[in-house]
Amino acid sequence: MTTMSLSKALNEGMRKAMEDDPKVLIMGEDVGKLGGVFRVTDGLQKDFGEDRVIDTPLAESGIIGTAIGLALRGYRPVCEIQFDGFVFPAADQIITQLAKMPMRSLGAIKLPVVVRIPCGGGIGAVEHHSESPEAYFTHTAGLRVVACSNPVDAYTMIQQAIRSDDPVIFFEPKRRYWEKADVDTSSTDWWTPLHAARTVRQGSDVTLLAYGPMVKTCLEAAAAAEEDGRSLEVIDLRSLNPLDEPAVMDSVRRTGRVVVVHEAPVNSGFGAELAARITERCFYHLEAPVLRVGGFSTPYPPSKLEEHYLPDLDRVLDAVDRTFGY
Amino acid sequence: MTIDASRGAEAPPDLVQLLTPEGERVEHPDYDIDLTPEEVRSLYRDLVLVRRIDLEAVALQRQGELGIWASLLGQEAAQIGSGRALTDADMAFPTYREHGVAWCRDVDPVKLLGLFRGVNHGGWDPKEHNFHLYTIVIGSQTLHAVGYAMGIQRDDANAATIVYFGDGATSQGDVNESFIWASVFNAPIVFFCQNNQWAISEPLEKQTRIPLYRRASGFGFPGIRVDGNDVFACLAVTRKALEAARTGQGPTLVEAFTYRMGAHTTTDDPTRYRVASELEAWKLKDPIERVKAYLFKNEHADQAFFDSVAAEADQLGADLRRRCLAMPDPGPLAIFDHVYSEPHALMEQERAQFAAYLEGFRA
Repeated sequence: MTTMSLSKALNEGMRKAMEDDPKVLIMGEDVGKLGGVFRVTDGLQKDFGEDRVIDTPLAESGIIGTAIGLALRGYRPVCEIQFDGFVFPAADQIITQLAKMPMRSLGAIKLPVVVRIPCGGGIGAVEHHSESPEAYFTHTAGLRVVACSNPVDAYTMIQQAIRSDDPVIFFEPKRRYWEKADVDTSSTDWWTPLHAARTVRQGSDVTLLAYGPMVKTCLEAAAAAEEDGRSLEVIDLRSLNPLDEPAVMDSVRRTGRVVVVHEAPVNSGFGAELAARITERCFYHLEAPVLRVGGFSTPYPPSKLEEHYLPDLDRVLDAVDRTFGY
Repeated sequence: MTIDASRGAEAPPDLVQLLTPEGERVEHPDYDIDLTPEEVRSLYRDLVLVRRIDLEAVALQRQGELGIWASLLGQEAAQIGSGRALTDADMAFPTYREHGVAWCRDVDPVKLLGLFRGVNHGGWDPKEHNFHLYTIVIGSQTLHAVGYAMGIQRDDANAATIVYFGDGATSQGDVNESFIWASVFNAPIVFFCQNNQWAISEPLEKQTRIPLYRRASGFGFPGIRVDGNDVFACLAVTRKALEAARTGQGPTLVEAFTYRMGAHTTTDDPTRYRVASELEAWKLKDPIERVKAYLFKNEHADQAFFDSVAAEADQLGADLRRRCLAMPDPGPLAIFDHVYSEPHALMEQERAQFAAYLEGFRA
């Protein structure tokens, strides 16, 4: 067991992947000498060289487009998009090429490209540095979309994403980069499959569904609710596409009440997909409509206002209370 | 804005040309090529056959057998010249109009028809031919090509990459990013721009104020303008640029100055935006006629040769037609094929649901 932060766990995971497979490359803006603006790639260029840890020109479409070309040549590029709000110049390459080229080739082409995106708010940043763009990518067939919430998952999921023969959009909860946990780096026997959800707290009254940065918030809410005598189950979805439907539905059938929590705007957010699927699968088990807690249908606000925008413990508990009002 | 009807009537002075429209061999100080009569006859055959493939595809579209077709008419020399400059180890990234390059890479012409007929989005294995799939989004493939070239560098392989795009694509961000990437990484790549003067209805003036090949100097690598209707010059210039790429000298931009003699695609109507005299001026510079004239004048081919190529072309066209009509429609569940390379729960769920739904109609 080694105690490490979430960012260090990602770093160690990528280091392991690069040691295991010489075709694994890191590419992005400032990922080399600087080690990335969040230091997630710290030391990798020193140890693996400039050919494998590539400081790229400042052009996100170029990062993804050339990563596709490298993948066509047999490489496994791991691209860092510096901040969530900077992924949009690359959206065309991700949506029209990365996601669709394998189908276009009738299976002749595999694109094992990982796109790492630090996401979410809560760090007092300027505009475009706090967004949660996951729904744009879950809506795009051909991509796998995952989100880690803690150091243990960061360490394992990044390695699993790199091993995947499909493109993976990998969301990292930037305000949790500094959270620490013990990580067992000695074996892979205990690893959870990449696309499996995990019940991180068992409960019987309400199911909280979350991923990425909101998992911790939901755990805090569940601890507080216990004092009020309510038993909240918290599921870390971990994978948004594909979704671990059985894990979600099993929980909902037991509790009958669901609150979905994400930082992204509620309107057309991933919670809408969850609510619809739960309604289709578990209609007769539901005691209340699926409620959603998330960002408002506004652009991400200036940082002095972000505490009002971001779901917190109280807003989660407020929704929990409301599920008992039906 | 008035249309310049004299466009293309005169060859620009900075054009690399080795074979005039009249079929005369001319010398160029930087580029030369030594072709045997047999090699010239082979190039002629390529040019004629790909024009025939193209004409057959246009006809198939007119008869409702293809949804759309992007004709290469007029651009045969640019494509055959550059395509024949490639070695087997080189990799080519096309747009959706490089039927001539596909021919050079031994892609069965009927496989080109699949996406235009709507039975697939691309029907060949790029690795088998070192010829990537057609890319429809303008300019996207330039970045893929540079990335691939960076892979060649890392593999320390004796190979280069060529990427095709048009004059309109030079305005795309991706193309400019690919120039930057290729330049700073010294990637082994040839940017082959077929300037066919028109981006659907938009003339070159809507894309640039300077000749396109001169863009390269701003990015830090050489740019060359070649007579895109001269198969000798296209072969010579591309060969040299590829060799420079293979030997660590980095990228080259080749602007093949040519003309789209047909419509942008079969859905387009060029009479709405360009004058007939322009087309007439370019017909005099036809890429095939000049090779035929050269072969005739130099007595490198006789009428029997031209007749045999024409007969082969007719046979190729008939065969293409027959096999196009025989192309099976995909079954409905093919919708779910190859979306992911590894098993995916949602694909399996939706495939099963749709299969069950379809089965319901059988009962």
